[in-house]
Amino acid sequence: MRRSIPALAAVLGLAMTLTACSSGGSGDTDADATTEPTTAESTAPALTGTLTMWVDETRIDVMKPIVQEFQDETGVKVDLVQKASGDIRTDFVSQVPTGQGPDVIIGAHDWTGEFVNNGVVAPIQLGDVADQFSPSAVQAFTYDGQVYGSPYAIENIALVRNNELVPETKATTFDELIAEGKAAGTKYSVLLQQGDQGDAYHMYPLQTSFDAPIFTQDETGSYTTELGLGGENGDAFAEYLAKLADEKVLDPAIGGDQAKAAFEKGESPYIITGPWYTTAFSEAGMDISVLPVPSAGGSEAKPFVGVQGAFISAKSENPVLANEFVVNFLTTEKVQTELYEAGGRLPALKAAAAKVDDPILAGFNEAGATGAPMPSIPEMGAMWQFWGTTEVQIIGGQAKDPVAAWNTMVDNMQDAVDKA
Amino acid sequence: MSQQTIAPDGEQAPPQPPPRARGRAGDSSPARSFSRGFLVKLALVAIVNALALYGLLTAISVQQWALAASMVVAIVAVNWAYFSRRALAAKYLLPGLAFLFVYVIFTACYTAYVAFTNYGDGHNSTKQDAIEAILAQNEQRVEGSQAYPLAVVSQDGELGFAVVRDGQAEVGTAEQPLEPADGATVEGDRVTALPGWDVLDFAAVAGQQDAIVALRVPVSDEAADGSLRTQDASTAYVYESVLEYDAAADTMTDTSTGVVYTPDDHGSFRADDGTALTPGWKVTVGFENFTRAFTDERLRGPFVEVFLWTFAFALLSVLTTFVLGLFLAVVFNDPRVRGRKVLRSLLILPYAFPAFLSALVWKGMLNESSGFVNEVLLRGADVGWLTDPWLAKGSIIAVNLWLGFPYMFLVCTGALQSIPGDVLESARMDGASAWRVQRSIVLPLLMVSVAPLLVASFAFNFNNFALIYMLTGGGPNFVGTPVVVGHTDILISMVYSVAFESGLKQYGFASALSILIFIVVGAISWWGFRRTRRLEEL
Repeated sequence: MRRSIPALAAVLGLAMTLTACSSGGSGDTDADATTEPTTAESTAPALTGTLTMWVDETRIDVMKPIVQEFQDETGVKVDLVQKASGDIRTDFVSQVPTGQGPDVIIGAHDWTGEFVNNGVVAPIQLGDVADQFSPSAVQAFTYDGQVYGSPYAIENIALVRNNELVPETKATTFDELIAEGKAAGTKYSVLLQQGDQGDAYHMYPLQTSFDAPIFTQDETGSYTTELGLGGENGDAFAEYLAKLADEKVLDPAIGGDQAKAAFEKGESPYIITGPWYTTAFSEAGMDISVLPVPSAGGSEAKPFVGVQGAFISAKSENPVLANEFVVNFLTTEKVQTELYEAGGRLPALKAAAAKVDDPILAGFNEAGATGAPMPSIPEMGAMWQFWGTTEVQIIGGQAKDPVAAWNTMVDNMQDAVDKA
Repeated sequence: MSQQTIAPDGEQAPPQPPPRARGRAGDSSPARSFSRGFLVKLALVAIVNALALYGLLTAISVQQWALAASMVVAIVAVNWAYFSRRALAAKYLLPGLAFLFVYVIFTACYTAYVAFTNYGDGHNSTKQDAIEAILAQNEQRVEGSQAYPLAVVSQDGELGFAVVRDGQAEVGTAEQPLEPADGATVEGDRVTALPGWDVLDFAAVAGQQDAIVALRVPVSDEAADGSLRTQDASTAYVYESVLEYDAAADTMTDTSTGVVYTPDDHGSFRADDGTALTPGWKVTVGFENFTRAFTDERLRGPFVEVFLWTFAFALLSVLTTFVLGLFLAVVFNDPRVRGRKVLRSLLILPYAFPAFLSALVWKGMLNESSGFVNEVLLRGADVGWLTDPWLAKGSIIAVNLWLGFPYMFLVCTGALQSIPGDVLESARMDGASAWRVQRSIVLPLLMVSVAPLLVASFAFNFNNFALIYMLTGGGPNFVGTPVVVGHTDILISMVYSVAFESGLKQYGFASALSILIFIVVGAISWWGFRRTRRLEEL
């Protein structure tokens, strides 16, 4: 019923145009009548629909050639719309219910929870292809047992070394790494970006090495809503944070830009960062290696793994075409390889990832092998602010007692989870 | 009528252009005289009507009845105003009224409406959408079931699926479960031709995507066996649904556990044990959002401090910018200053920059370790401009002074020039000192025209979200508060932080809070304007 009205309007409009044409002159209508069947025949196999796809500015250049290829192969026209990365997610949630949203949206896996919670994405069926992806990539898009996105690239942070300053890393713990950095005689020993709002994402490998993950995972690897960062392990990490602040390793005044600039200037042999900065380092002619982050608390340091992928709108008017693109086209080895070549991120498809011979990317892959996908449950959204704020308050010294501040944070987080 | 008889017939009458004569002769409605102006009007009104009609159809198609009704009113009003002879005043008022309605009244009413709903994450659409989403999310592929290469077929307009199961080609429709099909041509695992059925090609599939994706072909007569469905029209899987919707009872039932979910008054299907299904839908919740602002103890902690700082910030902003602006205006109004035009233009420069950009630039300059202020001006000092609570407040006032004084300077310069010169001259003749002239004559006269602008400036700064958000983000944050707000947060940025940055977006709650802020600002402005009126009596 709902869709029939625009259709009715279209038919009315068409009828009016036709009437206008016929009144204009009989010659015109004759021409129309003769050309119509031929055009219908010739265009039918070539052009069979239009897909609207939203991409933000960080991913659009990677997507453009892929979309063109899809268009050439299937004849389905893809309307690529660039949205600002700050708005794309909110706009999708608010516009899909009004029918104004796109058919497909390219984004990160941790949007899944919010999208499902609002009913704006449709579940997809990867079928047998699912086994050909790295397990964490599919798991990242899985929510309540359903897969909602088709993964194409994986990224995580790792330890990046400036080989000119320190040619070899012997350190097995984070403290040893700091000692090595100090021995290099540079301004900073290890750069770990924070900023005045804190940065729990870049701190996470250290936190997990104390066995204090943000949420606990069940046996299948799905996140529960039970916080895992409290207790003795959390206390130990909070104290370690204060220790790093005393040693001047962590500083709220060093945000992402400052850390990047300092590393480029050779002011530190080590930086903990992701592939988004290493491309700039390589382009600047730096000789770098990528290593796993050494453990600080005894257990393995597990960074968050982020997965890029494509979602299909729950109210797409072209569900078949959208599935054709997302499930059947984007998951091919050829396309995943092309996406890797354009974007410089590790492909989610195992076969494509196996062909990657770039040592930097291989380093990130190794560092992320133990990592867990960033939680996509909606509760996660409320965590970041508490988390970063508390960490930066411990580092900056506003929180006098690190352990007490950490426990207050856990209580507040629990409160936020309960009220969500 | 009598005019027609006098109509120019004889030779003594002055020659007149025929159309005019006709116009004057009949009735004077422009609707009956097709002058050029009328045709232009007709075209313009036609465009407006076309747009409104498009809007109307769109509104109906998304079932926005309020919008549709207002479109109908708009169409009627426009046509009546411009084609009726009795609506002369409306012709001039209508465009203004329309803009007032769209930009002010509609927005205000919509905000008020949202404030009474639970619109936000998890409740952002209609119940129908929620039901569809819940059903789609809870229809799962039968574990370990096979993927079937699929052919979409049709017979007399009825769609069906054809697959090969256990080496046997089978076909079925929504009504008819899968049954063996004789004489099917199979290539690989896919049916390519079927007697009595048309096998749809990709173009035909693309033409009826909705119907194909919505089609469920039961595997057998037993509903528990699940049904075949597809998403890409080339592969089918066996699905079974976990939840079933009973339209008559308006309940969701879990087929495996038997738990029944009924709709509650907050827009969710909820079971007896309290668990709710997601997504929910948007419902009206009354004054809940308003009362929550006062009853949520998580908000109570830092509220008083934020409230006081908001007033302090708005007052100090107005005061500092006005004092500096006025001082500079008086100085540069003195004819003895050389190059006044150039200096004045330079002073207005900060006003030409977009405020949010300036705030970002200042944020960089005030960075503790790498900012220009510490590194260059203070030669490597370690002052936490944006990380110490009091320094951060001071920085905000200082940056806002930099942003705001050119406006006050402009306003005061204008006001000074409107003060009649003879008044000042007579004061000087009477022997008043320069200071006395400023205090007793210039300032009172100036305040008459500037005071209302100061009230407006207060109201603006009370809600100066962009500056706070861009410069400090509200930080440094309070230690250990149950909502993340900071020492420099003002009310509106606190609302943003609580309603949007704390994970779940809560449009209803944010609207309610912004209405409360509006009431505060409105009351202060009303009081302020009443006070300024007294100045005019001087």
